[in-house]
Amino acid sequence: MDGDILIQILVASIAAGTPFVYAALGELVTEKSGVLNLGVEGMMLVGAISGFIAMAKSGSLLVAVLCGMTAGALMALIFAVLTLTLMANQVASGLALTIFGVGLSAFLGLKYTSIALPGVPELHIPFLSDIPVAGQLLFSHDILIYSSLVLFGFISWFLYKSKAGLILRGIGEAPKSAHALGYNVIGIRYLAVLFGGAMAGLGGVYLSVAYTPMWVEGMVAGRGWVALALVVFASWRPLRVMAGAYLFGGITIAQFHIQGFGIEIPSQLLSMLPYIATIIVLVLISRDQKSIRLNSPASLGLTYHPNNQ
Amino acid sequence: MFVKIEPRSEPSKAMKYLSPLIAAVLMLISGLIIFSLLGKNPAEAFHAFFVEPVNDLYGIGELLIKASPLMLIGTGLAVGFRASIWNIGAEGQLAVGAIFGGYFAIIFYDYSGLFILPLMIAAGAVGGMLWASIPALLKTVFNANEILVTLMLNYVAVLLLALLVHGPLKDPNGYGFPQSVLFGDSAILPVLVEGTRLHLGVFLALGGVIAGWVFLQKSFTGYQMQVAGLAQKAATYAGFKYKKLIWIGLLSGGLAAGIAGVLEIAGPIGQLLPSVSPGYGYAAIIVAFVGRLHPGGIFLSSLLMALLYLGGESGQMNLDLPSAVTGIFQGLLLFYLLAADFLIHYRMRLDRSRLEVN
Repeated sequence: MDGDILIQILVASIAAGTPFVYAALGELVTEKSGVLNLGVEGMMLVGAISGFIAMAKSGSLLVAVLCGMTAGALMALIFAVLTLTLMANQVASGLALTIFGVGLSAFLGLKYTSIALPGVPELHIPFLSDIPVAGQLLFSHDILIYSSLVLFGFISWFLYKSKAGLILRGIGEAPKSAHALGYNVIGIRYLAVLFGGAMAGLGGVYLSVAYTPMWVEGMVAGRGWVALALVVFASWRPLRVMAGAYLFGGITIAQFHIQGFGIEIPSQLLSMLPYIATIIVLVLISRDQKSIRLNSPASLGLTYHPNNQ
Repeated sequence: MFVKIEPRSEPSKAMKYLSPLIAAVLMLISGLIIFSLLGKNPAEAFHAFFVEPVNDLYGIGELLIKASPLMLIGTGLAVGFRASIWNIGAEGQLAVGAIFGGYFAIIFYDYSGLFILPLMIAAGAVGGMLWASIPALLKTVFNANEILVTLMLNYVAVLLLALLVHGPLKDPNGYGFPQSVLFGDSAILPVLVEGTRLHLGVFLALGGVIAGWVFLQKSFTGYQMQVAGLAQKAATYAGFKYKKLIWIGLLSGGLAAGIAGVLEIAGPIGQLLPSVSPGYGYAAIIVAFVGRLHPGGIFLSSLLMALLYLGGESGQMNLDLPSAVTGIFQGLLLFYLLAADFLIHYRMRLDRSRLEVN
């Protein structure tokens, strides 16, 4: 294999991994607060179509991003009201959110299935982008990819270096103690869930506006569920989320390249790859129960209400 | 605020049964609002969506046909859900059941006889259970989360079905369309009620719901599932084998979904297509919850969910309502149920002290 193809594959893996980066980092923050939102797929879909419509109508990437994030956050708000205020089961509520999101996005997208968007141009940075190899690998992406890296930096700093992040993690580990210390557990969890929704929405926007600039019903195609799995693979650590996201980005695009090499494999078989890979990695990680118990936020998925303890 | 929310000393039985009704009513009210937002006359749209499809015998038959996979799968899933075993993979198990059943319909295409249909149904049941045994194995041996595994397998199963109808199971005389031959008469479920399309499969599904009721309400294992769901530690102390319950919980869903897959291809569809289900596997999750994980309730909620599917079709034909509205209604129904369940454990009361102050 010559070097050019390898670089192309790496560059494409970064692009394909970016929706996972947004969605999984958002879910990471939600889960760190002790809330498990299984609705990522639904929030990504609604974010994708909202961003797509906004882009088609306004032509502005900024408007598209803001609309997609708002739509994702509004979806997350439904989940937050159900699980945090009405104390509904988090698993059932997350599933409901995904089912609702699949229906809502199909409905909103009815008139937009045959439109193609121009896509998002790659940023050309003078000199840097022209460096051979490194220039292509590091400096030939669109702005949404660079902002996903900024997001990663911010979340790593926020969770482990800021006081607010410490409080968030404390709430995820021991909500009762955090409450006793005077922190508003429910309020902070609301914010964490909304942030997760906005990021899932942004991941959806990246898919429909930049990655494949068109709308196809159900186009998220399980990426939201893979993002959920990624958080577990990563043992709830941001750097590992990034590594997992790009690895899965690579697996997603592997199907196109395998066909490109002239190997005759039915396309459906290749499309199964990311899903089977998810199962395999999940099995490898889950074998070590102790590590999962040690790393997962202690109150993850449990209903909490301060007046009812 | 003059209304005070306070916990009930014990869960309200009445609310437990009322909350699905509240959810259904709220969903219908939302329907009226959505219809008017879409610029339709709400009364007219409501009639087209919820009344028109079932105002004659034929329509009732269609309702039961649509409801049968939902009630069957819903019952199978409820077995697992009661023990907090989350099988979200019915959609894939249904597809694999259809592949297994359809395979026998195709290889016995030139034969006729009463053996073909039972063979197809048995094969579908095996297929569905095989597919469900993957998450069961991975959970019991490697502790892998069954929600994620079953979900991933849905995508794999649907791709597998597409692969097969594009390839080995494709009708050689089908002008290259990705579909199997139309099944022979011996592989088609007979219609039992004149003037409708009500076929044998509907009665099999009803039988499945009754079998589920006997298992869940009358058998010791069914009781163990319930206890394990309420208090896993207590169940372990009582000596219940949780791994066994995981297997039963997942396989019962696979069994039901696999059979439902065969009932679809040997019933309304009559051949293998790249897609054999409009999301029944996911809708059945809602059916199970709205039916309170009880076969009787699941029967009723499957009728409501089937009406949403029929209404979607009828609304599209008569009023040009997009059929995607069905998915929105399904999601809303579950949201409302989860919200209304709040009233099982809490009640709202007028806050007297504040009233007096004012």
